[in-house]
Amino acid sequence: MAIRWLAILPPLAFLVGVLFANSVTPYVLGLPFLWFYISACVVFTALVMIVVYVLDPANKGPELQD
Amino acid sequence: MHSAALVIIFLTVVIALILGLLAARGKQMNLQQWTVAGRSFGALFVFLLMAGDIYTTFTFLGGSGWSYGVGGPTLYILSYGSLAYVLAYFMLPRIWRYAKTHNLISQPDYFEQRFQSKGLSMLVALVGVVAIIPYLQSQFTGLGLIVEIASYGSISAVWGMVIAMFVIAIYVTLSGVRGSAWTAALKDIVLLAVVLFIGIALPLHVGGFSAMFHKIDALKPGFLTFGSTAQGIPWFISTVLMTAVGFYMWPHAFGAVYTAKNERVFRNNAMFLPLYQLILLFVFFVGFAAILIVPGLTNSNLALMSAVTKVYAPWFVGVIGGAGMLAALVPGSLMLIGASTLLAENIYRPLSRSATPSQVQLVARVLVWVIAAITLFFSANSNATIVALLLMGYNFVTQFFPAVILGIFTQRGANRIGAISGIVVGVILVAIFALTGTSIIWGLNSGFLAVIANAIVVLAVSAATPSSAVVESPSAKATPAD
Repeated sequence: MAIRWLAILPPLAFLVGVLFANSVTPYVLGLPFLWFYISACVVFTALVMIVVYVLDPANKGPELQD
Repeated sequence: MHSAALVIIFLTVVIALILGLLAARGKQMNLQQWTVAGRSFGALFVFLLMAGDIYTTFTFLGGSGWSYGVGGPTLYILSYGSLAYVLAYFMLPRIWRYAKTHNLISQPDYFEQRFQSKGLSMLVALVGVVAIIPYLQSQFTGLGLIVEIASYGSISAVWGMVIAMFVIAIYVTLSGVRGSAWTAALKDIVLLAVVLFIGIALPLHVGGFSAMFHKIDALKPGFLTFGSTAQGIPWFISTVLMTAVGFYMWPHAFGAVYTAKNERVFRNNAMFLPLYQLILLFVFFVGFAAILIVPGLTNSNLALMSAVTKVYAPWFVGVIGGAGMLAALVPGSLMLIGASTLLAENIYRPLSRSATPSQVQLVARVLVWVIAAITLFFSANSNATIVALLLMGYNFVTQFFPAVILGIFTQRGANRIGAISGIVVGVILVAIFALTGTSIIWGLNSGFLAVIANAIVVLAVSAATPSSAVVESPSAKATPAD
C-alpha cells in the first residue's frame, strides 16, 4: 500500500508550491506564470492518481463488491 | 429580434422538462427509487451526475464573475476540486461500502448508524438544509440574471427568479434523480461546447490570450496573482483546504456517493475528474476578456452575460442563456431533492413514528415547494456575489468533515458526544462569522478556523468521555487490500 503515499504530492504541489509560483512572469503558453503553474498542478494530480490507481492492489482483479 | 434569446431559453427548459418526464415514466416511484435510483447507475452516469454537480451557476457565472472582479484568488476554484478527488480516492469507497451494508439513503443516516444517535442525525439534517439554502440561492440568483439579460431588461431579475423557482420545483416533482442524470448529460455537452467557444472567442476578440493578460496586468498591477487584495496566499491555502475536504460533505454529494454501482468508480474518477477541471479555465478567460469588453460593472455576477450580449447576436445570447439555465437546473434539482429528503426522512419521520412511507414521500414533495419558496425569498432580498454564497454554504457543510473522517478511519477517534460537540461548536462559529460578515481572520478563511476548532473539540471531548458501546466502524470491516 506504500504506493498510496504518492497521493501526498498533489496537495504539496498546490499548497506549498504556490509559495514559489506567485508571479505574473514569465508567461507560459500565453498564461501568467501563476495561472500556468496551478493548471499544471491539475494535470500533475491526474498523472499521479493514474500511477496510484494502476499500482494499487485494491484495483486488481474483478470487482467483488457488486 | 431580441426575443430570439428568450425563445431559445424557453425551448431549452421545455426539452429539459420532457427529458425529466421520459426518465420517470413507467417506473414505480418510491422514495428509494426517487432519491438513489435503486443503486443501478454505472460509471458513466455517476460521472455525469457528479460532473453535473460541479459545473453549476457557481462556475459559469460565479467563476467568470470572480475572475472579472478579484482576479488571482479565482484560482482557488481551479484547485480545490482536484484535491477533493484525491481525498475521494481514499474516503468514498469506505463511505459507499458502509452505506450499502446498512442500506442508507441520506447523509444523516450515516451519522445515526455510525454514532447511534437520532439527535445527531437530526442535527446533521438541519445543518445540511441551512447550508443548501445559500447554494440554492446562488442558482436562483444566476437564473434571474440570465433571464433579465436575455430579455434585454424587459423581465426583471426578481421575476426571472420566480420563473426559475417554478421550473426547478416542477422539474424535481416530475422526475427526481433520474431526470437529473438525463438532463446532466444534455447539460454537460451543451455547456462544454458553449464554454469552449466563448472562452476562446472572447479572448481573441480582445487581441488574443497573451495580449489580454498583458493588458490586464498593465491596467491593474498585481490583479492576476495573490496578495493585491485581502485574499492572499494564506487565504488561498486555507480556502482550498476547507473546500476540498468539504466537497463531498454536501448532503446531495454525500447522497450521490450511494448511487455508485461499485466502489472502484470513485478510484477511477480520481484519475480523470481532475482533468475535467481544466475547462474551468475557459470560464475564467471569459471573465478576463470581460474586463476589457465591459469594464466597470457594479455587479460582477453579470460579467459573462454582459460581455456576450455586447459581442453577439440575440439568438446566440439565447444559446448561452439556455446553457446557463441547464447549469442551474441540474444542481438546483439535486439540492432541492437533497434538502426535502433530509427534512422528510430524517426529521419528519423520526418525529412522527406512525407515518407511512407514502406520507413521508408526500411530505418530501411538499417540502420541495416550501424550500424553493424560502430560497426565493432570500434570493430576492440579497445582492451577494455567487461565489460568496457558495463559500458560506461550504463553511457550514465542512463542519461534518471531522466527525466523518474520524468515524470512517478510526474506531474511537470520535464518539457520539464528541461528534455532536464538534459540529455544534463549528456551526455556532460559522453562524457568528456569517452574521458579522467576517470572511477572513488573520488572512485565513474564517470557515477554515471554525473547522479546526471543531476538530479539536471532537478529539478532546471524545478522548475525555467514556466510549459509548462499541459501534461497528467501517474500518473494522475493511478488506485487507484497503
